[in-house]
Amino acid sequence: MGNEITGVAVVFGLAATLSWPLGRYISGVFRGTSGRFTVFTVPERLIFRFCKIDPSAGMDWKQNMKAMLSANILFFFAAFFLLLFQGVIPFWNPGRLGGWDPILAFNTAVSFVTNTNLQHYAGETDAAYFTQLVVFCWLQFVSAGTGIAVCGLLFQGLSGDTGSNIGNFYSLLVRSCVRILLPLAVILSAGLSLCGTVSDFGGVREVHTLENRMQQVAGGPAAPMIAIKQLGTNGGGFFGANSAHPFENPDYLSNMLENIAILLLPMALVFAFGFYLKRKRAAILFFSIMTALFLAFTAVSVGQEVTGSASVPESGLLPGPNLEGKEMRFGPVASAFWAVSTTSTSNGSVNSMHDSHTALSGGVLLLDMFINALYGGVGVGFINFFVFVVVAVFISGQMIGRTPDLFGKKLEAREIKIAALVVILHPLLILCGTAAACLASSHQGWLNNPGFHGFSEMMYEFTSAAANNGSGFEGLHDNTPFWNLATGVIMLFGRFLPIIGPLAIAGALSVKKAVPASSGSLKIESMAFGAVLTAVILIVAALAFFPALALGPVAEYFSTL
Amino acid sequence: MNMFRIAFRFTLLSMLLFGVLYPLAMTETARLIAPDSAKGRPVYRDGTLVGFKNIGQLFTGPDYFWGRPSAARYNAAASGGSNLSASNPEFADEVENRVDSLLKYHPGLTRQAIPPDLLTASASGLDPHISLEAALIQTPRIARNRGVKEADLETLVRDHEKGPLLGIFGPGGLVNVLELNLALDEFSKKTGPESRISSQPEANGSGSY
Repeated sequence: MGNEITGVAVVFGLAATLSWPLGRYISGVFRGTSGRFTVFTVPERLIFRFCKIDPSAGMDWKQNMKAMLSANILFFFAAFFLLLFQGVIPFWNPGRLGGWDPILAFNTAVSFVTNTNLQHYAGETDAAYFTQLVVFCWLQFVSAGTGIAVCGLLFQGLSGDTGSNIGNFYSLLVRSCVRILLPLAVILSAGLSLCGTVSDFGGVREVHTLENRMQQVAGGPAAPMIAIKQLGTNGGGFFGANSAHPFENPDYLSNMLENIAILLLPMALVFAFGFYLKRKRAAILFFSIMTALFLAFTAVSVGQEVTGSASVPESGLLPGPNLEGKEMRFGPVASAFWAVSTTSTSNGSVNSMHDSHTALSGGVLLLDMFINALYGGVGVGFINFFVFVVVAVFISGQMIGRTPDLFGKKLEAREIKIAALVVILHPLLILCGTAAACLASSHQGWLNNPGFHGFSEMMYEFTSAAANNGSGFEGLHDNTPFWNLATGVIMLFGRFLPIIGPLAIAGALSVKKAVPASSGSLKIESMAFGAVLTAVILIVAALAFFPALALGPVAEYFSTL
Repeated sequence: MNMFRIAFRFTLLSMLLFGVLYPLAMTETARLIAPDSAKGRPVYRDGTLVGFKNIGQLFTGPDYFWGRPSAARYNAAASGGSNLSASNPEFADEVENRVDSLLKYHPGLTRQAIPPDLLTASASGLDPHISLEAALIQTPRIARNRGVKEADLETLVRDHEKGPLLGIFGPGGLVNVLELNLALDEFSKKTGPESRISSQPEANGSGSY
């Protein structure tokens, strides 16, 4: 037990420690000052020249939004058609897998373009190596790069020292991929290979087991994909069991490396904000708020999984941790810590089956995705948090009776409206989706578990889609037209509206005249503001979602007491 | 439409870079720095592929150590967990079946002494490990069926115990079932009478172990 806690403490400590210098580096990458090594600049210039990108051309927020959307539309169509015609591609397909059903292809293409990686297919049986690498691994880079690039645009908009020009999306996208994601992925992929993660092109192997059975074992070029899936908060695994699969995550060391990778960039982007805007104290405050909530969630989840009271149904059995859906080499503590990490950061890879977590731990994971800004997805996590900051600044302004201002710029009705809409969008997508599923589900065999937990299964699926998380209560039979279409549309809204809204706010702020700070200005670095901000986050999540949580995990918890 | 032209070219080039060159470079690297891992750490016996070190396999015979229950029945081409919630009556039934089966084949074992890892299905369905306790409760059965001394088997199990990473990180007291069973076969060959016949009836016909 003690060793298990030491293990996760070291993971958290290392991720937090490394994220500070990495944040400084990322801020430099956004400004174009760091990472100017030949290995990066040569391919970068090549890309700029081939794609006819002028990296120094500044664009306003609308031009950037169009650039971001046009790139993502093409990503989607490329992925969609490659999935549809998987069977046509003659190589990297040892299992001779055919083309995909169009609705599943739609869902999966959206899922990977939006950095969600909700998987309604199984890697071993549905995806050829070509698909895994050229479609999924590729999208795991460029969708993460999109998130980081947009975050860079937001920083520039907030710093407001270049007027309406808030940077160049293409240039930030290329630099994020080449200078940030690629080197980290190379290191992690090599590290995982040393731990025992598989990477070959051999296809399914037949094992002659000790008891004279035939065991089919699927391998594949997994290590490179797993590296980027963790670093880019993608989460889409090579195998169906994701990071619980021994070929993806072979031992405790690989588990530590992958869990650090899950947390690293989301944490670093908070500090990158501090370095970029020279507001390190604000960044530390934001980081502390996220960390306080993160650790509180971890405590609940770990506590529940280690006690596992509800997992021993009848008396007379040895009371022990909840090991259903868990791997022995990770143990309950590292499994619960991973679960909180992956739902906080919108990653969505799993090393235990969330569907089999105890009721309250499952509830914590839901709450984590309701907030979706505790570190959050790469780039978009900070953007979501920024929306909460805008709302908190507005509320604080109301309380002290002044026009609210943020980083020296006045926040006016338009900005507040946008922020409010973005905040409301998340519960709207989740609760409407869940309600629709409930109305439809009475006659459909979707659920793996009855009662309150079945409700949680459906709500989790929509929450994961709206939060662009990608994990699931995997018992849900979700490869049906209803789920594929509904979650596909929700992933699109959940990805792009919360990017466009804040970009519009940043664009509006960037051209406003600076108001000099006075003694009456709200100090964003203060503990008082930190308290308001925390309250805003909790109240929004609690008010919007508490009734639904009460119907799912909370009711399940009390019913098993 | 200049935007789409740029986006089109970027799509093609980034696909080549991140979808082809990067994974190829890394699989080649893996082959150089960790050739065995790249192949999944295969285990051969007398030239036959008998397993992968980290992939659990199904053991149901009375003369082998059993691994954890598996929702995938140890099919390593279709991994996954049961996804049952603890509040599901089906889960309670499955646990009871496993308890019955274990009690039947391990006389002297009590409900209270069954380690929880033998009653619950793993996340991947391929968990290669069980706890030390889970291995130890099985030694009397295996000793009886193989005609070897129980104390010797206990030593064998303890020799295969894996501690925490570097002695301080993560869970300890684990045993890799495939490695243990391979060692068990070696041990039987060296010491005991040839009592093991590969076509023995399955002790656990339900196959949940």
